[in-house]
Amino acid sequence: MDQIFEVIIALLLVMAGVFGVVGSFGLIKLNDRMSRLHAPTKATTLGVGGVLLASMAHAAAFEKYISIHELMITLFLFLTAPITANFIAKLHIHRHDTPETLPDPGEDKVWATHNKPEDEVIGPQL
Amino acid sequence: MKLLRRIFPHPILTLVLTGTWLLLVNGWSLNSLVFGFGLGVLIPFVTQPYWPQEPRIKSPAKVIAYLALVLYDIVVANITVARIVLFKANAKRHPNWVTIPLDLRTPEAITVLAGTITMTPGTVSADLSDSGHALLVHCLDAPDPAAVRDEIKTRYESRLKEIFE
Repeated sequence: MDQIFEVIIALLLVMAGVFGVVGSFGLIKLNDRMSRLHAPTKATTLGVGGVLLASMAHAAAFEKYISIHELMITLFLFLTAPITANFIAKLHIHRHDTPETLPDPGEDKVWATHNKPEDEVIGPQL
Repeated sequence: MKLLRRIFPHPILTLVLTGTWLLLVNGWSLNSLVFGFGLGVLIPFVTQPYWPQEPRIKSPAKVIAYLALVLYDIVVANITVARIVLFKANAKRHPNWVTIPLDLRTPEAITVLAGTITMTPGTVSADLSDSGHALLVHCLDAPDPAAVRDEIKTRYESRLKEIFE
């Protein structure tokens, strides 16, 4: 019985490791800035998720208690990952995009990041 | 009643924060319950000016169905993105911006939609149009931007509309 649990936990850890490596590899391999944002926001979710599931399985099978901390980590990860990605994307729009390089926003005429006072300077001007 | 409303501007948020604190402590004691409840009262009270309206969830049963759908999509998204990263040459990839006109109006619903888009297959939500009528999404590999837009609108936005509006 213990052996079955050990195999499951090992498989989860290996899967998590593979996805973690793929996410980091994506940072090197993808060739434009916005695409590079995709690899760490997604591949890592399953990577971290796998480690957390393995940790919960280990606590339940060998230490005989139900651990909830892992669920909290998942919750905070799901709350923070999209916001971080959004901030990085907004910074990218500030520094590398003009209203001409983005698609048409429809009835509002302008994307929120581009709607700033004329004389405002954001970030170091390179 | 009015006084109660002023002290507890978001009663559900108070309960959620208390619960979150108890889960963080990972154990049950009166001490942590009292401290958690204190946080649950203080945080909504202090942040109230930034969040004047109470969000309404029309059908709680659909929230669970939506969460299950999103969890399933996240697993699929991870595999899709891993395959694109490992096996697709950069030259054959079509990264693209997509505009998604929004039917949703409540800020909470739009926030959930933007978060969902970031967590699911090959899309990251980047910006909102000036008055919140459209969402700017970046796709990792989208030869056909219109198909991505239609999928997001039917798969996620229509469900969120049923939940929030």
